[in-house]
Amino acid sequence: MLIRPFGWNEFLIIVMAAQWTIALSAIAFAGGGVGGLLIALARVSDARWPRLLATGFIRIFQGTPLLMQLFLVFFGMNILGFAINPWIAAAVALTLHASAFLGEIWRGCIEAIPPGQREAATALGLRYVNRMRYIILPQASRIAVAPTVGFLVQLIKGTSLAAIIGFTELTRQGQIINNATFSPFMVFGTVAAVYFVLCWPLSLLARRMEVKFSRSTTR
Amino acid sequence: MYTFNFEPVLAGFDKLLIGALVTVQLSCAAMVIGLIVSILCAAGKTSRVAPLRWVIDAYIEIIRNTPFLVQIFFIFFGLPALGIRLSPNSAALVALVVNFGAYGTEIIRAGIESIQKGQIEAGTALGLSKLKIFRYIIMKPALRTVYPALTSQFIYLMLTSSVVSAISADDLAAAGNDLQSATFASFEVYIVITAMYLVMSIGFSAVFSMIEKVAFRYPLSR
Repeated sequence: MLIRPFGWNEFLIIVMAAQWTIALSAIAFAGGGVGGLLIALARVSDARWPRLLATGFIRIFQGTPLLMQLFLVFFGMNILGFAINPWIAAAVALTLHASAFLGEIWRGCIEAIPPGQREAATALGLRYVNRMRYIILPQASRIAVAPTVGFLVQLIKGTSLAAIIGFTELTRQGQIINNATFSPFMVFGTVAAVYFVLCWPLSLLARRMEVKFSRSTTR
Repeated sequence: MYTFNFEPVLAGFDKLLIGALVTVQLSCAAMVIGLIVSILCAAGKTSRVAPLRWVIDAYIEIIRNTPFLVQIFFIFFGLPALGIRLSPNSAALVALVVNFGAYGTEIIRAGIESIQKGQIEAGTALGLSKLKIFRYIIMKPALRTVYPALTSQFIYLMLTSSVVSAISADDLAAAGNDLQSATFASFEVYIVITAMYLVMSIGFSAVFSMIEKVAFRYPLSR
């Protein structure tokens, strides 16, 4: 048996693995931002089919576990003829997941804009694209910042599930170190602490922006 | 070209149903116990004892800013170092309760804050005991206000519970893992399980809106 003690080196290896958690979160957030905007726009569109498709997409992704979404993309890639790659599977699954959640959050923000704004824009002769671009989205984006940062925390935590399909990020690195040192208390305590350091400032920021925003909008 | 083969999934469907039952039991037990934890913590947060408030705040922040998977690893693998050894199923329940408790406390606290001070003062003026004020004047309307948030948090809990398969509890996702490694029909197994989760979350939201209609039928007076 080769059990090494949990020391400074092991601590550093775990902390360094956070870069993969951050990278995966960044990719999923960027991809989810693009996807989420499309979903949100489809969800409030005047046409029926985009609206129905977007609603179905959101329902499915919000009504099933993220872990199953990861498994389906992971094994689905094989069926589509791609080589199984945990990196790509995790990035794709988390992007789809983030698209659904951001789409739903942003739909709420778009619908929070008073209908008079939309009617005024229509009265001025602005069609859907210009109406969204110049009137609705600039106002909705102000409301959207706080819940979006809040979702980012959820997404960072969600990347931990990529460990289960074998992508070596923070949690998986913790499991590997735990198998070598067998000090789960220290290992998972450290892993949790690193997540906390990543997520807590964002949570505080989201809360502060929420308070600031609700103060500026209450009369 | 890949040919789908759902036969092994259908052959093992009874095992999946048992797994789904465990998922439902686990989630419901976690919700009931977690709700009690939430109410106690939310009441504790209104306490005048500052250290109690700090402990509850620390609990909420730690749970809400770390992943559930790490929490369950810590409880299942880490706690035995302190002499607390739990079976996979009990560790799963404890982890779900601890997790739901943190989110539930925040939701219930928001409900309590929505109660106007005058209501509580009116209760005091009527000579109601502190416990009665908390129960009838604060909790009852507060729960009604936050009911939608609580139910969506519950459905989220039910979906999150799939993660307990990582410590091989007996839930639906774990039943799927077993069936997958026995049949190698990975995609077929997981698409069926995903559909089962979807059916459960749709079912639960239907049940919750029925409960809402029955339990909160009394009129809202302002």
